Amino acid sequence: MKLQGKNALVTGASRGIGREIAIELARQGANVAVNFSGSEQSANEVVEEIRSIGCKAFAIQANVADSDSVTEMVKKTIEQFGTIDILVNNAGITRDNLLMRMKEDEWDAVIDTNLKGVFLCTKAVTRQMMKQRSGRIINISSIVGVSGNPGQANYVAAKAGVIGLTKTTAKELATRGITVNAVAPGFITTDMTDKLSEDLKAEMLKQIPLGSLGEPKDIANAVVFLASDDSRYMTGQTLHIDGGMVM
Amino acid sequence: MADVLERVTKIIVDRLGVEESQITLEASFKEDLGADSLDVVELVMELEDEFGMEISDDDAEKISTVGDAVNYIKSNA
Repeated sequence: MKLQGKNALVTGASRGIGREIAIELARQGANVAVNFSGSEQSANEVVEEIRSIGCKAFAIQANVADSDSVTEMVKKTIEQFGTIDILVNNAGITRDNLLMRMKEDEWDAVIDTNLKGVFLCTKAVTRQMMKQRSGRIINISSIVGVSGNPGQANYVAAKAGVIGLTKTTAKELATRGITVNAVAPGFITTDMTDKLSEDLKAEMLKQIPLGSLGEPKDIANAVVFLASDDSRYMTGQTLHIDGGMVM
Repeated sequence: MADVLERVTKIIVDRLGVEESQITLEASFKEDLGADSLDVVELVMELEDEFGMEISDDDAEKISTVGDAVNYIKSNA
């Protein structure tokens, strides 16, 4: 096990990719704070699954776009576990629309959760990680943050922003033993992608050299790598886990 | 509160690896004691722990010399 005894906080961990990340970190021996926004029951199921693996876990409600809520979440995580070794900024939402039709509140909601949320959570754990002189911050971006995608101006802007934030945070914290990397998933089967039309899915499949959609497990494996000592000599990088869509 | 300076001095010596003799009230963390921005943030964090107080970001930005730190602690502790 690569993460024996480590303590992790995963945002948006009740469903989809975040759920898989939380469970995979636990399979590698990590205790996990399972953050959720609305899906308490799903979060509790993740907690139960982690406990059945033999690691500690608890569910914690917080809106990552709200500073006070984030501060409280980090405080509780430190109270429960004593340290925070791994932060996975995964919480994200979509409000897709063509640029010309996109409402200001659709733009704001996505930027707030997907970009500001990463800033707030990172800021909140930094103090603890600086004291520890170690830490791993892993930001979940998206391949569309690199390539662009029609109908997702807000989401793409936020996910591209996360890549820039990852690089800057990596440079600021490198001397304190904290690494910061991002994962850019391609087309992964989750509730979020199930909402897309069949036409759009067929179209996207054509752009994937490896010829299939990814699984949440593919992302979780990359996160485990970035959270473990195996990645000790890399920081500020973005791993494309996308079946070869963007090279 | 004479010991405020002593306690602050000890933290600075430990954190920045400077000689005690270099530490005067006028000494600037960045210009005289070789600290970078992140070092100053960490110093403030340690002062918070040492003196059991919270220093807001706005106040922390105003602390640039040893004297600033000592005065802040004396008037807020």
